[in-house]
Amino acid sequence: MKLDAKIPSGPLDQKWEKHKFDLKLVNPANKRKYEVIVVGSGLAGASAAATLGELGYNVKCFCYQDSPRRAHSIAAQGGINSAKNYQNDGDSVHRLFYDTIKGGDFRAREANVHRLAEVSRNIIDQCVAQGVPFAREYSGMLANRSFGGAQVSRTFYARGQTGQQLLLGAYQALSRQIAAGKVTMFPRTELQDVVLVDGKAKGIVVRNLVTGEISSHAADAVVMATGGYGPVFYLSTNAVGCNVSATYRAYKRGAAFANPCYTQIHPTCIPVTGDHQSKLTLMSESLRNDGRVWVPKKKGDERRPQDIPEAERDYYLERKYPSFGNLAPRDIASRAAKEACDAGRGVGPTGLGVFLDFQDAIGRQGESTVRERYGNLFDMYQRITGENAYHQPMRIFPAVHYTMGGLWVDYNLMSSIPGLFVLGEANFSDHGANRLGASALMQGLADGYFVAPYTVGNYLSQESPADRPSTDSKPFKKVESEVNERIDQLFAIKGRRTPRSFHRELGKLVWEYCGMARDKAGLTKVLKLIPELRDEFWDNLNLSGGPNELNTSLEQASRVADFMEFAELLCTDALKRDESCGGHFRTEHQTPDGEAKRDDKNFAYVAAWEYKGQSRRPTLHKEPLAYQEVKMTQRSYK
Amino acid sequence: MNLTLHVWRQENATDSGEFVTYLAKDVSPDMSFLEMLDVVNEDLLEKGADPIAFDSDCREGICGTCSLVINGSAHGGQKATTACQLHMRSFSDGETITIEPWRARPFPVIRDLVVDRGSFDRIIQAGGYVSASTGGAPDANTIPVSKPNSDKAMDAAQCIGCGACVAACKNASAMLFVSAKVSHMSLLPQGQVEREQRVLDMVSQMDQEGFGACTVTGSCEAVCPKEISLDFIARMNREYGRALIKSCS
Ligand SMILES: Cc1cc2nc3c(=O)[nH]c(=O)nc-3n(C[C@H](O)[C@H](O)[C@H](O)COP(=O)(O)OP(=O)(O)OC[C@H]3O[C@@H](n4cnc5c(N)ncnc54)[C@H](O)[C@@H]3O)c2cc1C
Ligand code: FES
Repeated sequence: MKLDAKIPSGPLDQKWEKHKFDLKLVNPANKRKYEVIVVGSGLAGASAAATLGELGYNVKCFCYQDSPRRAHSIAAQGGINSAKNYQNDGDSVHRLFYDTIKGGDFRAREANVHRLAEVSRNIIDQCVAQGVPFAREYSGMLANRSFGGAQVSRTFYARGQTGQQLLLGAYQALSRQIAAGKVTMFPRTELQDVVLVDGKAKGIVVRNLVTGEISSHAADAVVMATGGYGPVFYLSTNAVGCNVSATYRAYKRGAAFANPCYTQIHPTCIPVTGDHQSKLTLMSESLRNDGRVWVPKKKGDERRPQDIPEAERDYYLERKYPSFGNLAPRDIASRAAKEACDAGRGVGPTGLGVFLDFQDAIGRQGESTVRERYGNLFDMYQRITGENAYHQPMRIFPAVHYTMGGLWVDYNLMSSIPGLFVLGEANFSDHGANRLGASALMQGLADGYFVAPYTVGNYLSQESPADRPSTDSKPFKKVESEVNERIDQLFAIKGRRTPRSFHRELGKLVWEYCGMARDKAGLTKVLKLIPELRDEFWDNLNLSGGPNELNTSLEQASRVADFMEFAELLCTDALKRDESCGGHFRTEHQTPDGEAKRDDKNFAYVAAWEYKGQSRRPTLHKEPLAYQEVKMTQRSYK
Repeated sequence: MNLTLHVWRQENATDSGEFVTYLAKDVSPDMSFLEMLDVVNEDLLEKGADPIAFDSDCREGICGTCSLVINGSAHGGQKATTACQLHMRSFSDGETITIEPWRARPFPVIRDLVVDRGSFDRIIQAGGYVSASTGGAPDANTIPVSKPNSDKAMDAAQCIGCGACVAACKNASAMLFVSAKVSHMSLLPQGQVEREQRVLDMVSQMDQEGFGACTVTGSCEAVCPKEISLDFIARMNREYGRALIKSCS
């Protein structure tokens, strides 16, 4: 495998313009002869499917939920970044580019990130034109808030439901294309595998989750926008259905998987209560605009928070990072919370929690202002914990939230399998080792509305629709029978443990040894434990019902089987990356004051893993990261 | 705490279905309602029985996937709360709980507690959008939108499309759902061009899907997890009348 990022030549700020001109076009009359498959209907998938449909291609779009409107993008709360500089506070495309590169701890590609910052401005225009009700000032102009890792106010939002409103905008654009007959939607349908013909992606095999039917779909190109793999940790802020299966199966067919160890832990989630827990709930980062994070100075202080005097509180983020304070980037804020809890100063019944306190904000601006800004989040907190955060501080703890790693893609968002494009959280491209708040929504929509429609067209212009294989052809039949075999294998185990119990155990392993802090000894150990658990899974799994019906235990088992393999890849990558950067914190590599210490000499590369077969080690390919515009420095938020 | 559950079990769309009783033991007050069902399902699976099929995804009240009628009330009757956000601390030891799917002809049962809500998607496809193709949009601040209008549009746009309004309505009316989208768009300048056609087409699709008429009982508003107001139904009626008059003249 040879990785070529295909980064256009020329000055950084002209690359995308030049590239767009160089890309080949498909004649408007010919577009309807092409078939494009889009797997996923989140921000990335829905925006791509709608736009490709508008352009005239025939699109088939797939999602596992009962409606495309329910993709997990719907849950994003805080906002979306854009370099509009409406606040006149010094923002620019270059600043957004720089903040993203720095926030990613100098492990992202310059050219991709610059393009992202450029198109960020079109996104807001597009969404407003669709009727997305962003927050406004009394003047009628758009309002902004600030987010972690930035000193300008560039985040656009729709109360605490920004992802919902952006997704509904994309879903409505998609619905319009469905009505126009340009997109056919397949809800409750799960990707099982990708089909390659002569080395190119030419279709997919799917399972209808209601009837269990396995079927094939052929196309001239396949776009995958299946989201992140957070639930490899079992507990995360992701939806319970989020999975790695789609991208992992593409990996097994030859798509390189990049930087799987770059995972993001979000500092502000509601703490875990017990083993029954099925997911963790995020309290939007925007809360850190007004909330102050603290723990008692004294170990094991069990007084009620309101009884602990000011002088006995440690506002540790403000103390350690005076210029960014409570808005320090996520990885830094998460580790600081872990440190406080490890030192025995954590709060709440488990000791795994810190306070997020709004008393000052309420005193300064009044309860009604705080209610207007965050009311729905305070309500949600109360429903889950039974506590009123207007009267006592919230308790929060870090949780897995986002996965920067994903399938490797070139500048055109094409994976190492020709004809397989990967968008949104499912690819690895723009966030390096750490994603800044409000940048995932931006990336998903940039990929789907403004990048893929050009680059997929360029690819199609070189493919002939006459070469599109029939789904009766051998390659499709072969993959279909492999898919059926795999399902039969799961049923044949007839053991005693449920898919969920395996998932929970796997998640605990990955969280313990490859969570907020990682080290060689732990990773080496977990790389023994994961295969053992996987063996037990294939020996002792218990399923009920049959394959030809709505069967949630089969769906779970099939996803867990992929997590079992993928977890090993994730930990292998974490062990190999013998440095700390962004969300990947190796305890062996830290500065005297506990900050991540990069090793640019040896690790300034993208780690792209190539699958080599079931019992063989994957091969590591390195794409060097050459910085032309930015100087790599030690990140400082002090 | 220990609970008795009466759960609707139905093998598939054609099966007639029945209530089956289960015991949920050692339920913790910190569990969400769906986590309680997860535990019951783990137990069933270990015993070799089929787990209870129910829909969920985000489990934080925003995707609109979960859809349970709990003790006769869509989402369980707690104010502004979806079933996935309902926590067991609002139940007490020894209680008996009845769990059913959404019941409405346009939402056929697929299995147990899982229903098909494709009719909602088709209503949006009929016109619940602004025809703004990608590219070519003017700068976002070109058209100011008054804050009160924008806030009101957001109040409507918050709808999560769960279908509780239909499940709660004795007529299985979808007026709250449809009016939320119609109001959202008619309140914004971007929605004006297609304003009349939109409401006519969406209402016509709603009727074709077999949703019932609205007799303003308000049961939809009472169960709506996003507290979408009945005022929007009144607004849609005005919009509809206005569109009819315009289309005649
Ligand atoms: C709680 C929460 C809050 C967040 N808040 C913010 C925020 O404020 N700002 C921000 O920028 N980012 C935020 N993020 C991150 C952001 O929401 C996501 O990264 C982004 O929405 C992902 O979009 P996507 O289109 O790539 O994937 P998703 O929205 O996850 O969509 C994935 C799609 O793929 C489909 N799919 C998955 N697997 C399969 C399969 N095997 N077969 C068929 N279909 C499949 C699904 O059905 C779905 O349609 C948040 C994330 C979470 C979890
Ligand atoms: S599962 Fe998403 S709203 Fe309940």
